[in-house]
Amino acid sequence: MAQEQSARADVAVWAAARRGRASRLWQRAGLHALLVAISAVFVVPLLWMLSSSLKSNGEIFLFPPRLIPSPPIWSNYPNATSYIPFWRYAWNTFVISGASVIGTLFACPIAAYAFARLRWRLRGFFFALSLTTIMLPFLATMVPLFVIFRQLGMIDTYWPLILPAFGGNPLYIFLLRQFFLTIPRELSEAAVIDGASEFSIFLRVMLPLAKPALATVSLFTFLANWKDFLAPLIFLQTSDLYTLSLGLQQYQSVHQTAWAYLMAASVVFVLPVAIVFLLAQRFFIRGIALTGIKV
Amino acid sequence: MGKALRREGLGLLFISPWLLGFVAFGLYPTLASLYYSFTRYSGFGTPVFTGLTNYGLMIHDPVFWKAIWNTLYITGLGVPLSVVLGLGIALPLNARVRGQSIYRTLVYLPVIVPSVVMALLWLWIFNPYYGLLNSILTALHLPAGSWLASPDQAKNALLIMVLWGTVGSVMVVMLAGLQDVPTSQIEAAALDGANAVQRFWHVVLPSLGPVIFYNVITGLIFFLQLFDQAYVVASSGGAGSTTDLGAPVQSTLFYSVYLFQQAFQFQHIGRASAMSWVLLLVTALLTAALFRGARSLIYYEGAQ
Repeated sequence: MAQEQSARADVAVWAAARRGRASRLWQRAGLHALLVAISAVFVVPLLWMLSSSLKSNGEIFLFPPRLIPSPPIWSNYPNATSYIPFWRYAWNTFVISGASVIGTLFACPIAAYAFARLRWRLRGFFFALSLTTIMLPFLATMVPLFVIFRQLGMIDTYWPLILPAFGGNPLYIFLLRQFFLTIPRELSEAAVIDGASEFSIFLRVMLPLAKPALATVSLFTFLANWKDFLAPLIFLQTSDLYTLSLGLQQYQSVHQTAWAYLMAASVVFVLPVAIVFLLAQRFFIRGIALTGIKV
Repeated sequence: MGKALRREGLGLLFISPWLLGFVAFGLYPTLASLYYSFTRYSGFGTPVFTGLTNYGLMIHDPVFWKAIWNTLYITGLGVPLSVVLGLGIALPLNARVRGQSIYRTLVYLPVIVPSVVMALLWLWIFNPYYGLLNSILTALHLPAGSWLASPDQAKNALLIMVLWGTVGSVMVVMLAGLQDVPTSQIEAAALDGANAVQRFWHVVLPSLGPVIFYNVITGLIFFLQLFDQAYVVASSGGAGSTTDLGAPVQSTLFYSVYLFQQAFQFQHIGRASAMSWVLLLVTALLTAALFRGARSLIYYEGAQ
């Protein structure tokens, strides 16, 4: 009798678990479907860009549009990058972005160190000051900046795009400061006992430990400059100096746009940063979560 | 005494690059902008003091108010939508399923796309005759639209475009916030018999308060200054020349674009500076108001 009861109980448990498993399977399938649908919204336009870049001029104006171009016009890519001085613009953009990274790495870590580790009375005041400037819109300063740079004869050079980077970015100073705060004091105290100056503690202890944070800051800075549009628009006038963002507009003329070439150029424009991002994903996501930087 | 002074000096030395940058590229331009706003200045020669003329001209300029309306429209819609969508997308992305990092990466990918590329790509997608969107809609027997070509729809189309390109970054911050929600509280609520919706409303949402607030503030700042996509769309809407900014019929003339036009097309440095200061003040006021509002909201939650 007891055996029958326990056997029935076993069957009941097994049946309930099976039902639970089935409904959980449906739940999981539904969740995956939802996730696929959501990510499709964000990816499809990019796939469309890729698809359009391989179409002939005739095929691109087909209605309804075809998803996969046949035949794929691979020659659009070399043609697109010679339609405008694409590689010169790419090089210009790279130079500006790289120099800005150097400037940022020059000014931000050392200020962050002063705010995180040095003990000085005015520290709170200046830190608060730097935080308030995070919200200062470029729109509010761009007009006088233009006037200043013009008086300095620096319009139509790269200086207005590079110099401000050497003044640091308050957001990155904040990020690095938060990071420095997490480094245990014992490490810097050991160096103090050895008679090291603050600067060499910074250089030899802090910076090497901060490599992930520095990498994040460098990535963000490079990406922001790579994408930048308004500042190059204002400060650059000779087309030789243009960045890619400015140059892309040259695929358009009054009457028509070379859409296929434009899409191909856009793909090449986005590709380097997309690759770097995919490889350095962890840095990006962690860095953004830490400070919520809007890239 | 000397040691304390040396400490201050060292601190100042370490922040000197930033401090110099702040004074040269932040403080001075802001104050100069205030000064220019009271002058007539073309950028060449010397500014001529004109008092409040620029502000008067601004108030009586119908285009100015159109620009304000356009900006308020897209900000008023864009900020709540980006927060709601960001959180709404972060929730399923927070579930423990396989391939989660792929989904998250895909959603974030548009954020990497430069704004010019985004604007041109979506100009193409929104094309009334050959665009992807209209062809999908007609295939589903849904009404097609003229999107960026129509004064009524252009702002909405721009909003869709900008949301596509920015929701990913909101999502990432929300995701981080979701992962910080104390699981002990969720379990306690579940034990008390709360269902998923109740758990979300009473445990998850309050815990997300600071994160949501942060996204509201940054979203506000972003939308109030939106320029790139609006400029590219406006200057390529078949107009050809940039004197037609804001096409069609100035429906996409945002505050930032009008400011740009005043400064760099019409050489009205004075008027542009006045607009810059108005923007600064409005941003500061809205931010301060939001901070005060947030404090009372959080206090209310605590009182409960």
